[in-house]
Amino acid sequence: MTVIQKKADNPIAHLSAADIEIIGKELDAIRDRVLADRGERDARYIRKVIKTQRTLEISSRAVLLFSLFPPAWVVGTAGLAVAKILDNMEIGHNILHGQWDWMRDPKIHSTTWDWDHVSPAEQWKHSHNELHHRFTNVVGKDNDLGYGIMRVDEDQPWHPMYLGQPLYNLVNAAFFEYGIAAYDLELGHNLKQGRHKDPEFRARARAVGRKIRRQVLKDYVVHPLLSGPSFLTTLAATFTANLIRNLWSHSVIMCGHFPSGVETFEKTSIEGETKGEWYLRQMLGSANISGSRLLHIMTGNLSYQIEHHLFPDLPSNRYQEIAPQVRALFDRYGLKYTTGPLPKQVASAWWKVIRLSLPNRRSKAAEPLAPAPLVSTTTA
Amino acid sequence: MTTTVPRRPRKVSFRDRLLRLAGTVTTPLLPQDYLDLIAPLHSGVALRGRVVAVRPETRDAATVVIQPGRGWRGHVPGQYVRLGVDVDGVRQWRAYSVTSVPGSADGRISVTVKAIPDGKVSNHLVRRLRPGTIVQLDQAQGDFTLPAATPERVLFVTAGSGVTPVMGMLRAGLAERADVVLVHSAPTREDVIFGAELRELAAAGALRLVERHTETDGLLDVAELDDLVPDHLDRETWACGPLGMLEAVEGYWASRGVVDRLHTERFRPTVISPGEGGTVTFARAGVTVEADGATPILDAGEAAGVLMPSGCRMGICFGCVVPLREGAVRDLRNGDLTTAVPGDGVLIQTCVSAAAGTCDIEL
Repeated sequence: MTVIQKKADNPIAHLSAADIEIIGKELDAIRDRVLADRGERDARYIRKVIKTQRTLEISSRAVLLFSLFPPAWVVGTAGLAVAKILDNMEIGHNILHGQWDWMRDPKIHSTTWDWDHVSPAEQWKHSHNELHHRFTNVVGKDNDLGYGIMRVDEDQPWHPMYLGQPLYNLVNAAFFEYGIAAYDLELGHNLKQGRHKDPEFRARARAVGRKIRRQVLKDYVVHPLLSGPSFLTTLAATFTANLIRNLWSHSVIMCGHFPSGVETFEKTSIEGETKGEWYLRQMLGSANISGSRLLHIMTGNLSYQIEHHLFPDLPSNRYQEIAPQVRALFDRYGLKYTTGPLPKQVASAWWKVIRLSLPNRRSKAAEPLAPAPLVSTTTA
Repeated sequence: MTTTVPRRPRKVSFRDRLLRLAGTVTTPLLPQDYLDLIAPLHSGVALRGRVVAVRPETRDAATVVIQPGRGWRGHVPGQYVRLGVDVDGVRQWRAYSVTSVPGSADGRISVTVKAIPDGKVSNHLVRRLRPGTIVQLDQAQGDFTLPAATPERVLFVTAGSGVTPVMGMLRAGLAERADVVLVHSAPTREDVIFGAELRELAAAGALRLVERHTETDGLLDVAELDDLVPDHLDRETWACGPLGMLEAVEGYWASRGVVDRLHTERFRPTVISPGEGGTVTFARAGVTVEADGATPILDAGEAAGVLMPSGCRMGICFGCVVPLREGAVRDLRNGDLTTAVPGDGVLIQTCVSAAAGTCDIEL
């Protein structure tokens, strides 16, 4: 993809500034309807998911105490992997977004929650909620575009380092939680800038260290030790469960903004951005995954990435309910609602990682001299 | 001469050790979070109770019997307990007088609730609460209690649900130890909470009961006490009821110079009436600012030099969430009001909330 402003066939050229503000108002109305109806049913939903996750986690860990027996290993590992995925995706990600803060339950709140993940909740909230969700797909501002280690947009300058990015992506997928922790810490950037002695950076690094220690102690020392003769097999089981969780969440998250059809934006285009324009950027900068109810839960409803980016603080169980209204809005305004089944979207994202490891082909017409604004003021 | 209190090292119980060990497997959760799945009253996560029964008292009042969980430290007659109840999925905290006798054999406590018009929580408790529901509890508190040495002559002046703390004292046997007069107002005879029980006590000679049915007899004028209870100024007096009544009683006792013999209980200490803008206090920072109804509290605080947590400044990242101890704010996006009184545990996004009255922010 190329930033939307440089495209020959700008997909929003047909919208006037007034259209964009009306789209914004319509989206506000969808949000207000959910807020007016939000209540006991939603509260029951999240509590049920949390209860299911905890029951699954503790019973899987109990089964793994006997992981020397292959059937126990298989069942326990699968259960633990699913429990970890639920913890990170449908529960952790969404609670840390503040989606359930309205319940005023101090136990289920963005300010108190922590997750089965090596990145401390505080740091993740900053890099994800504050930076990524605000600057979604703005080249040079949204570090989620390639996580600072890959080139996923034609407009990111090529460097020979990117030749290895299919490999980086594979390694990142396998150890995704560590990748995220390093990313939230802006590790590469901070080390390059020589900030390793900066007290603030050191404090944050220590927090990550503490979190890693606790996670590793739990998964790779205490739980295997409790398994007695099954020490090694439980160790292998928790490693496998973490690996599955990492590969799964990496795949789902790649599908959110990397597949073809997703637009990117120029840094200058968001200066003085209106609410309507912000909404429009979220609409075009995200992609959904189609599939079953189970798939949606296992992705933490990030399969409704478009709805999530429009309304990051609405309860996740509501995304699929409002999706038809959102999609109808896309249709009415001639906008592309990017969606597809998981394998297709994963393949599309991977193809982009592979393709952009090489420099752009020089066949394109000369780029415009000055970047155009997101919305041209003269209608075409 | 000074005496030193020998400070015993805090004993780490076996349970604590076990929990700490278990915590290494449950991190980042606590072992208590898992215990919660099977024993919500005894998990140690928070003080809770299970609703055992809901008994109607009058057409708009009901007694809620609660089995408190581990950690309940009991109450003194006249004290209230704060209940946290989920209404439409949102946790709401309200205070209600304990009407049961302390130290009952089954350990149960009861509160009696009167549904007030448009009262979100009271209506829920009186009309929709079902046995089995888990509610959040706080330890009993309040100093609307009898002194250790029971006074010989006692007067209670109550109205509506104001009789509930008094019932707690009467049930605990106060009438056996003192000469008690109760002047109670309610709209009709049927509206008198604990009407039957009070009349029975009166018939048995345990107390003198003066019922005032305001629909037929009109509101009680404090001056009428001169005739109703001639020795009222000599009695240790406890008053509990609506604000208007309390103010009248306080004024009257003050004018007679015997205010030290009067004890009052306000259920709703502050009435929050939302408006546009207001005074915002950041107590810990020691800053108070006037903010209009269009300025986010985040901006108002920062302009006054308060170190405010902040993030996206557009309501999406929840990086600016802080506790609103008391007051009212309006959501700048859709005009929704949020009000809080101390103990509610209300957190607000300062970047999209403007003051809608006096606000006390915990920063």
